[in-house]
Amino acid sequence: MRLSKVWTIAARDFKIFRRVKNVWYSIIIFPVVISVMFPAILEYLALRGSPGLAAPSVLPNLLNSFSFFLVIGAAYVPLGIASYSIVGEKVEKSLEPLLATPLTDGEILLGKAVSAVIPTLVAMYAAAVFFMVGVDEVTFSTFGYYYFPNWNIATLLLVLMPVAIVMSVLFSVIVSSRVNDVRSANSFGIFILFPLLGVYLLSETSIIALDVNGLLIISGILLAVDVALFFVGTKTFRREEILTKWK
Amino acid sequence: MIHLIETENLTKKFGDLAAVDNLTLHVDDGEVFGFLGPNGAGKTTTVRMFCCLISKTSGNANIGGYDIGKKEDSIKIRKIIGLVPDNVGLTEHLTAYDNLDFYGKIYDCSDAQRKENNKRFLEMLGLWDKRNVLAGTFSKGMKQKLAIARALIHDPQVLFMDEPTANLDPEAAKTVRDFILQLKKEKKTIFLNTHNLDEAQRICDRVAIINTSLRAIGTPQELERSISGKKTVIGLEQQASDIVLRALKKLPLKNLSSEGDTVTFVVEDPDKENSPVVEAIVLAGGRVRSINVVGSTLEDTYLKLVRK
Repeated sequence: MRLSKVWTIAARDFKIFRRVKNVWYSIIIFPVVISVMFPAILEYLALRGSPGLAAPSVLPNLLNSFSFFLVIGAAYVPLGIASYSIVGEKVEKSLEPLLATPLTDGEILLGKAVSAVIPTLVAMYAAAVFFMVGVDEVTFSTFGYYYFPNWNIATLLLVLMPVAIVMSVLFSVIVSSRVNDVRSANSFGIFILFPLLGVYLLSETSIIALDVNGLLIISGILLAVDVALFFVGTKTFRREEILTKWK
Repeated sequence: MIHLIETENLTKKFGDLAAVDNLTLHVDDGEVFGFLGPNGAGKTTTVRMFCCLISKTSGNANIGGYDIGKKEDSIKIRKIIGLVPDNVGLTEHLTAYDNLDFYGKIYDCSDAQRKENNKRFLEMLGLWDKRNVLAGTFSKGMKQKLAIARALIHDPQVLFMDEPTANLDPEAAKTVRDFILQLKKEKKTIFLNTHNLDEAQRICDRVAIINTSLRAIGTPQELERSISGKKTVIGLEQQASDIVLRALKKLPLKNLSSEGDTVTFVVEDPDKENSPVVEAIVLAGGRVRSINVVGSTLEDTYLKLVRK
């Protein structure tokens, strides 16, 4: 595996993404919504409209649930990027000349994955910073201290978010092999969000806790899913499969 | 002479269906080799096997001395080849320059080499002024030229071209053909998939005709001569009457046909066998205006062999 080649592929994809509006929308919209909407909700609905939700005993659970949307966003954002990256090449039929170069299947796959992971991480970490600052601004008067950063959000951002992004990218690769347009790839890719939305609902009903231990357990489960998807993904992303069996 | 491409009983099956069956051929260094066949004859599959894009089912093939069946050789093969696929496959959201530059990086060309080669090929193909224009906005002919430049960017030992002039207007096709002829002068080895017989005849040193299995191989002239017999076209002063045609049908003529005031047939020895034909026409009341003996064309050979 030559990392310089992986980076060459990713760098080319970044150049392409700069010119594709839909990819920009994928990268920008969800992070902006998360970073602005949740502090705003706290400000106007919880803290001012419903004082009960602002109680120091209730608020941490609410903030942990809100934080989890950063993970859902992190799984959502790469769907648009990875789908475009692979389906876009299928539509332009530019995979065949690429596959005829001395690149290995792994280098191409990893290059594609890196080109989806890096913008997502940058966008979601930026969103997380705005989210934390916004929430701290709003909740300082309640807690008497800045709630973020804490171990919870550190675990979420540094452990759970990367494994969720990798899961989403690998799922996109598999979906992209079966469809012929970016919109279909996005539509099918959304299925990967359902387990994460399930986790959110379970946390809302207090069946699971989104504390550090809970987040680590979820990360472990997603890591196992990543490994399974990696094997399926690498089997799907083989030259002969791409040229003879991909739709 | 070094055989740059060599195959022996190369076979590719998809399930029970053979796409390429027992293909045995060789291509020499510096040769332009035409691979002729109808759609679905196995031309693209063969090129994909040569480029290690799909695996063979059985048989052997070597490219530049490397075995296409060995995993460790596949990357070495892909380093020494260039591919112009049937769909040009350019990255449409990149400029012409960036398309070439990316492939230069993939093939480990240095910064200086890339700059030099990008400029050389873009100038050679008349695209230098359009170097900063997105490839997606190019015409079909410009895209095809850019795809050829991309395949040549690392100076490959052998260039595989899959239908490079298909779907191009006559002017663009001529530009591409002229460029291939220029590469031929530079002694570049080219494996050219085509079903354009005129193109094969004008460009190729040797051609092979394939329809799943190999039907014939040789120079275009050898293949033309390989069909036994020569075609005679007799022009009549009036449309061939039923009496004339009935008289001709009694003679041992092959492929007899008539269209308007011409009668066409094939005989082994026109010098000896055409006199009785003329005599038969005159006796049946016909009047001969002209007699032309023509050799078989590559098209005749091609049609005869692919219909076998």
